[in-house]
Amino acid sequence: MTVTSTRLRPDRRSRVRQFSTADRVALTLLIGIPTLIHVAFVWFPAVATVVLSFTNWNGIVGVGGIRFVGFRNYWEIFTVFESDVFSAAINNGVLVVFLFLGPTAVGVFFAYLLDKNLRGGAIYQSIFYTPVVLSLAVVGFIWRSVMYSPRQGLISTVLGRTAPGNQIDWLGDRSHLLSIGDYGLSKNFVAILAAMAWRHVGYIMVLYLAGLKSVDTQLREAAAIDGCNEWQAFKRVVFPAMKPVNVVVGVITVIEALRAFDIVFALNSPRGMELLSILVTDNLIGEGGGNVGRGSAYGVVLLLLCVGFITWYLANHFRREQAR
Amino acid sequence: MLLGGTGLASARGRVGSTPAGSASGTLTFGSNYSDEIPRTAMQAVLDGFPNDNVEVRVNTVDHNSYQENITNYLQQPDDVMAWFTGYRLQFFAAQGLVGDITDVWEGIDNIGDNFKATCTGEDGKQYMVPFYNYPWAVHYKPSLFEEHGFEIPTTLDELTALATEMQGAGLTPFSLGNDAAWPAMGTFDILNMRINGYQFHVDLMAGEGEWTSDEVREVFATWETLLPFHQSGPNGRTWQEAAQALNAGETGMMLLGTFISEQFADNLDDLAFFPFPEVNPEHGMDSIDAPIDGFMMAADPDNEEASKEMLAYLATGEAQITYLTLNPGSVAVASDADQSGYTDLQLASAELIAETPNIAQFLDRDTNPEFAANVMGDALADFLADPGSIDSILSDVEERKQVIFT
Amino acid sequence: MSMTAVAMPLSPKVRRSRQAKVRRGVLHTFLIVMAIGWLIPIGGALYASLRPYAETSGKGFLSWPDTFTLQNYRDAWNQGDMTHHYWVTALIVIPAVLLTLALASFVAFGVSRFSWKFNIPLLLLFTAGNLLPPQVLAQPLFQMYKRIALPGFLTDTGVMLGSTVGIITIHVAFQTGFCTFVLSNYMKTLPAEIGEAAKIDGASVLRQYFQIILPLCRPALAALGTLEFAWIYNDFFWAVLLENQGADRPITSSLANLGGEFLRDDNLIAAGSMLVAFPTIAVYLLLKRQFIGGLTLGSTKG
Repeated sequence: MTVTSTRLRPDRRSRVRQFSTADRVALTLLIGIPTLIHVAFVWFPAVATVVLSFTNWNGIVGVGGIRFVGFRNYWEIFTVFESDVFSAAINNGVLVVFLFLGPTAVGVFFAYLLDKNLRGGAIYQSIFYTPVVLSLAVVGFIWRSVMYSPRQGLISTVLGRTAPGNQIDWLGDRSHLLSIGDYGLSKNFVAILAAMAWRHVGYIMVLYLAGLKSVDTQLREAAAIDGCNEWQAFKRVVFPAMKPVNVVVGVITVIEALRAFDIVFALNSPRGMELLSILVTDNLIGEGGGNVGRGSAYGVVLLLLCVGFITWYLANHFRREQAR
Repeated sequence: MLLGGTGLASARGRVGSTPAGSASGTLTFGSNYSDEIPRTAMQAVLDGFPNDNVEVRVNTVDHNSYQENITNYLQQPDDVMAWFTGYRLQFFAAQGLVGDITDVWEGIDNIGDNFKATCTGEDGKQYMVPFYNYPWAVHYKPSLFEEHGFEIPTTLDELTALATEMQGAGLTPFSLGNDAAWPAMGTFDILNMRINGYQFHVDLMAGEGEWTSDEVREVFATWETLLPFHQSGPNGRTWQEAAQALNAGETGMMLLGTFISEQFADNLDDLAFFPFPEVNPEHGMDSIDAPIDGFMMAADPDNEEASKEMLAYLATGEAQITYLTLNPGSVAVASDADQSGYTDLQLASAELIAETPNIAQFLDRDTNPEFAANVMGDALADFLADPGSIDSILSDVEERKQVIFT
Repeated sequence: MSMTAVAMPLSPKVRRSRQAKVRRGVLHTFLIVMAIGWLIPIGGALYASLRPYAETSGKGFLSWPDTFTLQNYRDAWNQGDMTHHYWVTALIVIPAVLLTLALASFVAFGVSRFSWKFNIPLLLLFTAGNLLPPQVLAQPLFQMYKRIALPGFLTDTGVMLGSTVGIITIHVAFQTGFCTFVLSNYMKTLPAEIGEAAKIDGASVLRQYFQIILPLCRPALAALGTLEFAWIYNDFFWAVLLENQGADRPITSSLANLGGEFLRDDNLIAAGSMLVAFPTIAVYLLLKRQFIGGLTLGSTKG
């Protein structure tokens, strides 16, 4: 018995290439309209921001008053504000590694466990998923006051260190756990990794659960009959069959790590928890007219990091798929 | 009561003789008085607006996003809007986003010149009417002071001695919660004004003067001597928790605005303050931070006549007292405001402000907002975490200031 | 020969079922411990929401309760004007989610089920669009919206800025990137033979989409629907940027209104947050049945 692969195998030779006119029109509209909207409201502003990063616009003066300043904003970012950028880059990098090794793996694991028809499975899923949908206001409250308050937080209480003078400065202590020269990994950032993991796991779990649903159960049964234990079955059959979903989860993990914003923002962005997206926000949004030029430059830096790597990887990935 | 619904002006409960004007139509009113008590108080003020032919539509937005979005808001503004005086106003006035209300001021005679100055743009025209303000001072619990026989210090040496005494009694002398990054600015402001004087402070805020100068270094050196008397780990503590520690008797003093009273709701009688002591006899105690909140008009309002009438009304003592009766955290700016209903704290605040010749608006309102939020907030937090690194902190600040103030 | 009794080896079937039981037991214990760990932070907030602020600010969040009260919930509902804001939110979120899923599935369908030379670039376009941090779009989008005129029945302000349609549009435009990316990958897991069979049957492109592909994508659509609902629902960024009238902002602004310049009653905000979170959890519970209950792709197995 052959196990039918669930991977798409575009075989040009056997594909029937006949589309009726109605089909062509349908396809054009189906693809064209969303593309138009996406390009007009996402890409056009994004490109405009790249252009703006070469100006000194303050967000208020009319469009006619914008002046170009060449690379000055980038120069400033990397010479005057460099400690911010490098601290942020390190934190984002740490986050990429951490999210992969920790929360994403755990999320996949939970999804796999909960994919069986367990008693109470729905309850477990909801519990792990709830942090994903809680509003920022309460997430900030939970981690700032309930968990990490030096005087009355849960963790300090359990450790018995709530007395004045003996308190642990969870969210303010930015001394380095590991250092590279002037920069390093701040202790308070490590503390907040717990909060990020708490949110990230449920997110990955939901996506992976949906993916697991589409894995042919015959595949798994076949593997079981062949005598694999569960780990082997997962490693050799299920995981490879989930390749597209794995790609999704991988890409999302990297993007969430690079774009991380919410929890640190909810905590008022303490020193030690710098992130690239916070730098962008601090400069682009906010009163005083913002410094649209410099903020856009920060944005372009973040953009290049996000888009550059992933586009390169995906372009390779898609080309490989197409060539098979 | 629906937010943003129509709050029809009604002619009830007006004391005094503000004449009703001749404007009519709709007036849109942008308010950042978002939580329960301030919102109710603001609505009471608007209800007291004497002109019944004007329909006032309130647009209430939460305090935080109101500020953060102000630049965008001013590009699609309401007619009359709440805002802050000082540099924050002048910056937007200079961009042409705020309406000129010099003619409204011609009819105002009950507001002092020092308040008027904070509402004046760089071109000498007025752009706001002030509404209320509140001082920053060192708060304490009189019962605690009585119990230990502490005395109010009037000089820095006395303050240090008092702090040492408090430590001996098992208390932490100063509460400090700098999680929001702005509380430390209060300490910087007052020390700078005490040591180097008001004019130096104003110039520094305006981007002149050097952060690496000896005068500024002296401020931080003095601050460093006081740091051991503060709660440890301030960057991870909210100012609300720090105030709660004061209320619980764990600490002895806290430098904060009088809004600290909101944390003392159960214990209001046991809260008092004294102005920060003198450091440099040349300046004495002649300056203080007392931020002013007020109202401005859009550059091109839909209903200019009603807007100006509303602003004139808001400048009256009655309007201000209507608000403060329901939300007594601050004091009115109108000299003819009826102080008979003031709490003890309010009376003390009013007295302190009236006696102090120089009023500053607080660092994040006195200087370029980008500089305040992105540079100073970080710099002061870094200083608190590691006072020894002040030299590199200050040279960074100076470098960034030059880029931002061009 | 030793007479030590050797336990009779159990039959393979019994051994396996006992192993299975032990494994289930371990599994459940593990999950319960994990679930408790996940719940503790939420539990703390829930606990605080049931107590008055005066009590917790005096005695601490984790202190023994003197009073339990639902007053915070009542206050949060009234002060946050939640009835009104729930309605405003529904007007934004429901169309946005439906449109996003529809448009994304169109593109994913076109891109993953048919091969033509624009497939990869188009997919890259949407994928990369998904990766952009929203802040990067803010200023230009604001200026665009200020200038795009809309008819009176769609907006109060005459332009796209300050209209509900405007907020829906940016959500759809932005989230389509993510959903296209995810859906195209899910659609790739569906065997090509399905499409072939349909084509041989003479089904038009639209027929293929509606009757074959779309139903098979139900798990992915359900997962995305849940996530998208939660994200668009919880968005504050676009609402603040593009809508300056507080009354027209969605439910997240209700929460923001509960906090003032200085007084932040965390217990009140916690209660409000529980109320605000409720719809997103409800949607999850409704849709999660689509993730569970095995879906067998048996349509072309011979």
